[in-house]
Amino acid sequence: MGSLPAYIARRLLVALPTLLVVSFIVFGLQLLLPGDPALLLAGEDRDPEVIAYMRRLYRLDEPIWVQYGDWVLRVVQGDLGESIRLKESVGSLIGAKLWVTAELAVLSMLWAVAIGIPAGILSAVKRDTIWDWSASAVGLAGLSIPNFWLGIMLILFFSVELGWLPASGYVSPWEDPLGNLAALAMPSFVLGSGVAAVLMRHTRSAMLTVLNADYIRTARAKGLAEKRVVRRHALRNALVPVVTLGAIQLGELLGGAVLTEQVFSIPGFGKLIVDAVFNRDYAVVQGVVLVTALAFILLNLVADLIYFLVNPRMRG
Amino acid sequence: MTAVAAAPAGEAPRDRFRAWRRLRRRKAAMVGLAVFAAFILLALAAPWVAPYDPLKTNFLLVRKPPSGLHWFGTDEIGRDVLSRVLWGARASLLAGVVSVTIAVAIGVPLGLLSGYARGWVDGLLMRVTDGLLACPGLILAIAMAAFLGPSLTNAMIAIGITAMPVFIRLTRGQVLAVTVEDYVEAARALGNPPMRIALRHVLPNILPPILVQATLAMAAAILAEAALSFLGLGQQPPAPSWGSMLNVARNFIGQAPWMSWWPGLAIVAVVLSLNLLGDGLRDAFDPKED
Repeated sequence: MGSLPAYIARRLLVALPTLLVVSFIVFGLQLLLPGDPALLLAGEDRDPEVIAYMRRLYRLDEPIWVQYGDWVLRVVQGDLGESIRLKESVGSLIGAKLWVTAELAVLSMLWAVAIGIPAGILSAVKRDTIWDWSASAVGLAGLSIPNFWLGIMLILFFSVELGWLPASGYVSPWEDPLGNLAALAMPSFVLGSGVAAVLMRHTRSAMLTVLNADYIRTARAKGLAEKRVVRRHALRNALVPVVTLGAIQLGELLGGAVLTEQVFSIPGFGKLIVDAVFNRDYAVVQGVVLVTALAFILLNLVADLIYFLVNPRMRG
Repeated sequence: MTAVAAAPAGEAPRDRFRAWRRLRRRKAAMVGLAVFAAFILLALAAPWVAPYDPLKTNFLLVRKPPSGLHWFGTDEIGRDVLSRVLWGARASLLAGVVSVTIAVAIGVPLGLLSGYARGWVDGLLMRVTDGLLACPGLILAIAMAAFLGPSLTNAMIAIGITAMPVFIRLTRGQVLAVTVEDYVEAARALGNPPMRIALRHVLPNILPPILVQATLAMAAAILAEAALSFLGLGQQPPAPSWGSMLNVARNFIGQAPWMSWWPGLAIVAVVLSLNLLGDGLRDAFDPKED
């Protein structure tokens, strides 16, 4: 498959058309607006001057491809527009909130890996026992319980009943690291539970495939202890697809974060998009969609690179 | 039509019965099917089985815990929670069915086209799919619901469109796998037009994986509708839906926790039943399971 730089270059090239389509989608959102976009973009402001300004700013009287070209040029220069409500640039708004969501996503991933992968291994190694059934049942539950409801139930138990953890809010890790972890403990668990279920199911099936492979039979035939077979031989190979899946799931977490942040009142960018929706702050909505899509494409790229690096068969 | 080309079509019904027989042996899948069917019946029968009017407020009965008169308790303006959960099933199930229908009705023909036409049509459709898949589903659905305006109909459209790319990919992959099979080659050699081959020979053979995906997608769509309604972007108050009931309930979590128990449990029961059914269908259609 060639060298790493050539591989990266090829993958970047493939990502370009995806970026183009994403730009169509994000720009296209504003075509869904019913009625006169200038009127709606001006928000609550019915001042004819503001409406005229919006019409000029977005060149709404020009043909659609001119509007699109304009928009792309501004976005490429890092200008995502301005929030009509907060009177701040969308880029800096998202930048400020992104770290809160990123921390939440990383902590959620830790929960997901810590629960999902051991549960998947246990389930596969002890196939068709009570361990396997309970792990599978918990996995299915993780996929079926809406995370905003799980959040409400945890608040009910740990905050209202026991009073152990704060029900909502966020503290910066620089000011109060322990308070930060206490505030994010429940939200990250809630957000990570769905991913834990996905990781568990995939680890289980990957382990089952690997455990039936010839080289595992050979390792067993050599007289290796079962623990060693599982750890040294099976796990290493089974985890390759799971690692790449993990990187992709991190992107999905950004979507799930919207609900979790809403339930726990965490000022991340999930909360930003929801507030923007109700304030009809369309530039912010478009900005968040664009940034999450970019993050998703980037994480996919990272997933492919990890796959390339850990899988010797990919290198020639 | 010759015997060669007709063979797979003749075999399909027998296959389906075999799959049904195998599905019936899976207890978890059958429980899923029964629970889902029960919810459909309850949703249809809501006007007759709901003990009260779901919109009727009663300020003497504000936030009463579950009792003999109100099994699930009452909400912040004295409405009966059980009646609202029963009526709310309509919004959830409707959203599941309509969004998946949109996703299948657009996604499957595009997937057939993509896998069958190949060339630039395929390339174009695949890039569009990549782009749609790059935007996290829920965020795109929120954005679309925001621009279209909040309502149950718009939420269903948004969820349907975000669920569509998976069906394009799946159908295309199946088409590519099936078109190299002998019976399709035979049908082509006999001079059948491409459209006829696609509809008569390819489509019936790729239905099982699409059915499995549709079941799982419906579970995801019901979750997504609940999420959008929870955010205030789906069913609008006072009409009941499980997501919007939870949105209100979380403000009364300390005083009236029962308001958040029941709608949440209803979502879990429906979604779990569809996931169990989907898993069971996948195993039942899997030829390796024999």
